[in-house]
Amino acid sequence: MNNTVAENLVHSFREQPDKPALVLQSTQGDDVIRFRDLVYGAASYVDAYQRAGILPGEAVILLLQQGRELVEAFFGAILHGSIPSIMPFLTEKLAPERYRASLEALIGITQPSALVTYPEFRNEIEKARHEGDSVRALLISEEIDPVSEFELAELPGLSRKPEDVVLLQHSSGTTGLQKGVALSHQAVLNQVDSYSRRIHMTDEDVVVSWLPLYHDMGLIAGFMMPILMRSKLVLMSPFDWVKGPYRLFKSVSDFGGTLSWLPNFAYNFCAQKIRDRDLEGIDLSSWRAVINCSEPIRWESHEMFYQRFKDYGLKREALATCYAMAENVFAVTQGGIEQPVVVDTIQSAPLQQEGMAVPGQNGEGVLMMVSAGTPISNTKVRILDERGDDLPERHIGEIALKGESLLSGYYHRPDLTKDAFHDGWYLTGDLGYRVGDELFVTGRRKEIIIVGGKNIFPQDLEYLASQIPGVHPGRVVAFGVYNREIGTEEIVIVAEVDPEHEARRDAISREIRSLINQGSDVAVRYVEMVERGWLIKTSSGKIARGANREKYLSMKGE
Amino acid sequence: MSEIRSTIADFIAAEILKDPNRVIMPEEALISSGLIDSFSLVDLALFIEDSFGVRIDDSELSADVFDSLDQLVDLISRRRDSSS
Repeated sequence: MNNTVAENLVHSFREQPDKPALVLQSTQGDDVIRFRDLVYGAASYVDAYQRAGILPGEAVILLLQQGRELVEAFFGAILHGSIPSIMPFLTEKLAPERYRASLEALIGITQPSALVTYPEFRNEIEKARHEGDSVRALLISEEIDPVSEFELAELPGLSRKPEDVVLLQHSSGTTGLQKGVALSHQAVLNQVDSYSRRIHMTDEDVVVSWLPLYHDMGLIAGFMMPILMRSKLVLMSPFDWVKGPYRLFKSVSDFGGTLSWLPNFAYNFCAQKIRDRDLEGIDLSSWRAVINCSEPIRWESHEMFYQRFKDYGLKREALATCYAMAENVFAVTQGGIEQPVVVDTIQSAPLQQEGMAVPGQNGEGVLMMVSAGTPISNTKVRILDERGDDLPERHIGEIALKGESLLSGYYHRPDLTKDAFHDGWYLTGDLGYRVGDELFVTGRRKEIIIVGGKNIFPQDLEYLASQIPGVHPGRVVAFGVYNREIGTEEIVIVAEVDPEHEARRDAISREIRSLINQGSDVAVRYVEMVERGWLIKTSSGKIARGANREKYLSMKGE
Repeated sequence: MSEIRSTIADFIAAEILKDPNRVIMPEEALISSGLIDSFSLVDLALFIEDSFGVRIDDSELSADVFDSLDQLVDLISRRRDSSS
C-alpha cells in the first residue's frame, strides 16, 4: 500500500524499472523515460537540493519548460520531500519585466527556498531576488550532477506523511500566483484512486497529452495519474501542439492512445485547423475517452469534433466530460464513460431570468446543456443558494464540494482558505444545477475569465491597461465574451479615455493591446475606447464587470 | 513582393487583430511582440498556403524563423522561386 507519492514512485522503480514511465515528444524526436531513468534523474535533483541545504517541507519553484529537466526536478523535489511548484515558463512574447513581477509576487507569498531554471535564464531570475528573501539557492538544470548510486530507502521524501503537502498548484497572472493550492499526498492519491476507477483506467491505458504541467488538468490527468498508475504516457509540449494540432492525432494513432483530456476550445481548434493531408493514415479507433474539461463544455464543440474526425475512426462514445479544479486535485465529476454524455435541452429565458433550468423542446430559444457527469466516489457535491441552503433539482446555485481530495489550504494564505469554506464545504464560485446526480455547470459567480482552459483574473489585465498614459485605474474593465466559432471566451477591454487624449484614441487602444499581450498569458481580442463616464460602477465605486459586460454586448447588438 | 506583403498585412489586421485599420509596418515584430498570439499562428500558416501556394511547416512558426512581414515575405518568395 502506498501512502505517499514518493512511495508509489519507488515501488514502480523496484517492481518495473524497465517499464517506460513516459515518452517525451519534441520536434527533435521521442525520448523514452523508464522508471529507472526517472528515479535516477530525480535522485540527482534530491542530491542537488540536499547539497544546497534545502529541507523537506520547503517549497521549490521550477521555472522550466515541458521536458526532461522539469520531470526530473519535479519528482526530485517529491523524493526529497520538498514541495514543488511549476511556474509557467517565459514565452517569447512575454515582457521580461512582467514575468519578473509575477515571479516576485510568487516568491513573496510562497516563500520558496530554491528556484530551478536553465543557465541562460539565470540572470533574469536573479533580478527577481531581493536581499533577505526566502530563496537560498538558485539551481541550474545543466549543473545538476547525475548520481550513479544512491540508497533508495534513504530518500528523505519517503519520510513524508500522507497528510503532508506534496505540491502546490497556481493559476496564472499576478493574482493567481498569490493563491497556491496546497495538496497533500493523501489528497492526490485519493484522487488518483477514485478517478482512475471511475474512468476504468489500468496500466494498459495510453494517455496522450499536450497539456502544460503548470495547470491541474495537465499536471494530474496528463502527468501524475498515468505515472502513478503505470499507464503509458505520451507527452508533448503545448507549444508544439498549438502550432501543429495534428500532432495529437498522430501520436494517438502511432501509440494506440486510449485517453486524452482537452479544454473545450481545443475541440473547435482541432476541427478547424488541421489539413486532410496531415491526417492521412491516422487511426483514432483506440481512443476510448476524449474528456472535455476545465472550461464550459459546449455541445456544438463535441459535434464539430466528432464530424471532423469520425472518418478517422473516432467513436462517438469516446466523447466524455469532466468538471474539475485544482482545489479538488482535479476531477469532481465525470460523464460519458459508462453511458453517453447526458444532454439536457432547456429554455434559455428562465435560465437567465429566474435561475431555473426548465426543459424545452428542440428549436428556438433553447440551450443544449452538456452534463459534466456525476461525482467521483470520494467527492460530494451540493448546490447552494445565497444563504448556503440546499437548492432543489434544476435550480441554479453555487456548486460546493466536500471529499477526500480537497486542498489542505491556500499556501500561506489562511485568510483565503477560511473564506473558501462554508461549514466544511468548499465553495467553488461556479454556478450550476443538478438533475438526479448529473451536474450541469452554467457559469461563474466569481469574475474569472477562462480562455482556452486558462483561468485569467480580470484585475491583472485591468492593472496592465491602466499603465498606459491616458487610461486610469478604475476606468478600465476586462471581461470575457464567449465566441461560438472558437469554442472559448475572448478577452474584451473597455477603457474610458480622457478628453485631452481623444486624438490618441486609436494609439491608446493599440498600446493597451500590446501591453496586455506582452504582459500576460493571453491575447486581447477587442479593445473598445469609450468616453468618460461610460463605465458603470457599483455603489462602493468599484467597477461592475458584469454590468459593463452587458452594456458592451447591447452596444454591439448582441 | 509588396502585393504579398499587403495581402498578409490585411489578413493579420482584419482576421487576427479584428482591427482592419491597423497598419502593420514591414519591420514590426509580429511574434516576439505578442501581436500574433500562439493560437493564431496556425491561421497565418493556413492563409499563406491557400493564398500563395507555399507551405510553412509548423516548426517554422517561430520568431527564430520569421518575426516581421518583411522576413515572412522573403521566406514566401524564396520558397516560390525554388519550386518554380
